[in-house]
Amino acid sequence: MRDVYNALVEIVGEEYVSFRKEELYFYARDPGLMPAHEPDYVVAPETTEEVQKIVKLANREKIPIVPMGAGMALTGLIIPLKGGIVIDMKRMRRILEVNEKARYAIVEGGTSQGALKSYLDRNYPNLRHSIPDAPPTVTIAANVVIHGQGRLTQQYGFNSDMVSGLEVVLPTGEICKIGSCSMSPSWFSKGPTLPDLSGLFLGWLGTTGIMTKVGLKLYPKKKMRDVELFVTDREDLIPEILFRLTHTEMVEDITAWFQPKPIIFQGNHHVTLYITGDTDEELEFKRKMVWDSVKEFRDNKDGGFMWILPAMKPTFLDMPQRSVTTFADVKKGGGFEYSGPIALIEKYPVLARKLVELGTKFKVAYSGMARVIGRSHAMMFGIAFTFNRADPDMMERVRKALHEGITFAFDQGGIPWKPTAEEQKMAMERMDPNTLKLMKMIKENLDPNGIMNPGNWEVN
Amino acid sequence: MEFEEIVHRCFRCGYCKFTEDYHDFNCPPYLKFGLDTYAAGGRMWLINAWLNHGIETSKHYAEILYLCNTCGNCKEHCVFTFKEDLLNIFEAAKAELVEKGLVPPAVKDYLQGILVNGNPYKEPQHKRGRWAEGTDIQPFSGQEFLFYVGDVGSYDEPGKKMAGSVGTILPKAGLSIGILGSKEKCDGNDVKALGETGLFAKLAEENIRLFKEIGVKKIITLDPHAYNAFTKEYPKLGGKFKVWHYTQVLAMLIKGKKIPLPGYKVKVTYHDPCYLGRHNAIYNDPREVLRSIPGLILVEMNRNRKNSLCCGGGGGNFMTDVSGLGKDSSSRIRAREASETGAEFLAVACPICYKMLDEAVKEEGLEEKIKVKDIAEIVNQAILR
Repeated sequence: MRDVYNALVEIVGEEYVSFRKEELYFYARDPGLMPAHEPDYVVAPETTEEVQKIVKLANREKIPIVPMGAGMALTGLIIPLKGGIVIDMKRMRRILEVNEKARYAIVEGGTSQGALKSYLDRNYPNLRHSIPDAPPTVTIAANVVIHGQGRLTQQYGFNSDMVSGLEVVLPTGEICKIGSCSMSPSWFSKGPTLPDLSGLFLGWLGTTGIMTKVGLKLYPKKKMRDVELFVTDREDLIPEILFRLTHTEMVEDITAWFQPKPIIFQGNHHVTLYITGDTDEELEFKRKMVWDSVKEFRDNKDGGFMWILPAMKPTFLDMPQRSVTTFADVKKGGGFEYSGPIALIEKYPVLARKLVELGTKFKVAYSGMARVIGRSHAMMFGIAFTFNRADPDMMERVRKALHEGITFAFDQGGIPWKPTAEEQKMAMERMDPNTLKLMKMIKENLDPNGIMNPGNWEVN
Repeated sequence: MEFEEIVHRCFRCGYCKFTEDYHDFNCPPYLKFGLDTYAAGGRMWLINAWLNHGIETSKHYAEILYLCNTCGNCKEHCVFTFKEDLLNIFEAAKAELVEKGLVPPAVKDYLQGILVNGNPYKEPQHKRGRWAEGTDIQPFSGQEFLFYVGDVGSYDEPGKKMAGSVGTILPKAGLSIGILGSKEKCDGNDVKALGETGLFAKLAEENIRLFKEIGVKKIITLDPHAYNAFTKEYPKLGGKFKVWHYTQVLAMLIKGKKIPLPGYKVKVTYHDPCYLGRHNAIYNDPREVLRSIPGLILVEMNRNRKNSLCCGGGGGNFMTDVSGLGKDSSSRIRAREASETGAEFLAVACPICYKMLDEAVKEEGLEEKIKVKDIAEIVNQAILR
């Protein structure tokens, strides 16, 4: 044990390695509900070369390694299920390049969403990226590893679709470039027109390599941004409303949500939609298109646009939206967790009804939120429950509610997003056997010693 | 432990690590050590673990708690309703360690120095007023204002220089002002931050008694830490005085044309001290003083005002030096940031910041590019030109 510690100290320096109880305690858990499991070591490298050396050491010693960003998936993906070395990537946070005209950025593997946003705001005010509503500490690499979504997902798809190149330390220690950067100094494509190898890493939850650099597509940032809130008490209308809104191609981000508290939101379904423009004229044109698209529902008195109090607007326009995080303390207990199955938008009504049912059945506070992915191609339906971390009984009820919720979502044809180890097993049980066989072949070839975040996407 | 009903509510989301615009991490121990345990969320989760026997008291646990600079960045940027109690929670956790006698040796040494000698430098009391030699400032004997200097201003070289500058300007501006000299005692602000609440209460009560005995009604402090103690903590113990930081007084005197200011062509950047800025929201007065000097160009660092990066000296760390210097120490990061503005002077308004940043500039090898100067020192230089 001491030898591994000394070797890690040799690689990154004494200050950035620990096997002290305090670090092992903290890095054994995330803020969600998954059981804790301690790592043997925690290490915080600063360079790709240091990551490479750690991976080679882990191979030599057959020790598991778990790459970690901010650990905010809430589903235990950074909990070292089989011990080993947790590699905290957040010291690798440099923004290496922004290509303004080709609209992409290259960042190190521990760069946070917040830091990139701030950097672009200060230096490239015409550019933006698809920032998620998770806390700003979450890293860009971890977000694309879990196929995260963000503010531009309705327009451009999953955030992982916006990757424009990768540098990955493979499980065997080789440093590998993925995409145009494999043969060019430019990071404009993650694959096409070459064989798209990015799929070997995106969505694999850190089981196939460690991203040390990410190329990320940037998008035009308009000068003005506003929010509209459409409200209806009929969940069955939401799919059609979303279909019509996406048809306009005038909207930035679209989410549908419902929650029992505060009382002004009770019993209704809200569609938050954002419009942007460089001029008042552009903004008002888009607003008119949006309003016209749902005119029928307004005329039939099935819904309407809610006037947003000026005091409420900053909350809606906030990026990331802080109020998403404060949901954790609704019960004054500092916890929430959500499953986020990806499903067809037509499933919104049944999933919404199920969430309300789960809240009642398990006596837990809930919040439902669906983010539109693409032009109504799918949605992430967040089955979210808040809990009191000091109330084990409430935590157990939330676990049960989540389990029943995700099972229901699978039965409705959904697929998991950032699944817990248990949800991964449930998903694999439903997968085509040849798909599983292919996953196994890929993992065994990339990671012959099985050291990469073991316990995740583990095909038996 | 006090506040233990709140500790489990931290979500460890990390908003507390950042500046408001997420420009970079802004928690000094986290910047230095790079592991989440050193940030506010880490401390909260470890304190909760300690309360629930998930971890035991250890040298490392104590180090993590005492590395907190009490800079207040976490309190400023936390998104939860309990944010106001974050520093109180850390203080309460440290108080538990004090109670058990399990504080790091350097902290123990610091506290014992104050208990035995009345100051952490372990210097004799009669040396306290020596900084005033050569100035017109007199011992307090019923003047309108007491100029309270504090430990760092009394014993540390940068602090003494700073006290000398303020002590030169204020009497010349016609202010009726006196000092306590050898009667002055530690204000206790950092003693409290280190969790030694008993010693803090003793110091505060003694100071309050003395101030009342000799008729002090109005106090000007050199040190923002003392300003914080006098304005926020002493009133709870019956010590209600009118208190100003010296930069506020300078701003008023300049506005009232009591201080003549010839031109001084120099480029300056200003570092907000945590106990003046984030803790007490005094951001404008120091800047007004600098801007009032004709020819002086004030440039801001990226992190300023409520997003200012701490010098790393708060919470007693200027003496206990639990974190040490090193390229990722916040004082050195700050020195680099200041130099990047192209300023010739890095202006400070706190003797602890002066000490920390002066050392950091030297460590970074930036002495030829930028010099640390206290605001009063800059005003003095402007007057003398």
